[in-house]
Amino acid sequence: MKFARVIGTVVASHKYEGLEGVKFLLVQPLDRDLSPRGTVQVAADATAQAGPACLVFTVGSREAAQAMPELFVPVDLAITGIVDDVHRTA
Amino acid sequence: MYLARVVGSVVATIKVDHLDGRRLLLVGKLDADGAETDQYDIAVDTVSAGPSDTVLVLDEGNGARQILGLDPGAIRTLIVGIVDDVMVEG
Repeated sequence: MKFARVIGTVVASHKYEGLEGVKFLLVQPLDRDLSPRGTVQVAADATAQAGPACLVFTVGSREAAQAMPELFVPVDLAITGIVDDVHRTA
Repeated sequence: MYLARVVGSVVATIKVDHLDGRRLLLVGKLDADGAETDQYDIAVDTVSAGPSDTVLVLDEGNGARQILGLDPGAIRTLIVGIVDDVMVEG
């Protein structure tokens, strides 16, 4: 899983079956120091509670769809948690 | 699998059910000389790894699901070993 910052929402009224009710958010991937890294991506919100400016972590590839209520959906990036705190030890 | 060093921990109250009760550690990938790279992952700990430990990380969803007994499971990155020593030859 990787850190990301929620920077917006995506609205798509016409989408593949199984994706109804799934919230799509625009996220900026972050490096380990929480600085922006790479290009903006769209993530499905598996927590259903993330919103703009939230620091979250995401899971990619096949595991992203496994985070969703409907398993066989075309999702390759999902928000699986909202970060409260990061404790750095090194 | 790859070698990494534990550089921190991540706390998240709101997360998908698969992550409930699991310890999330921030790991920095190592190069062949044992130096940290700028690549990282947030991994689920299965071996009680501690700060600064060099660890063995599995980054594959099917293996992760089998080890954790999850189906479905939105987890793909696990710490599966604490490394005592690495010998680079040649």
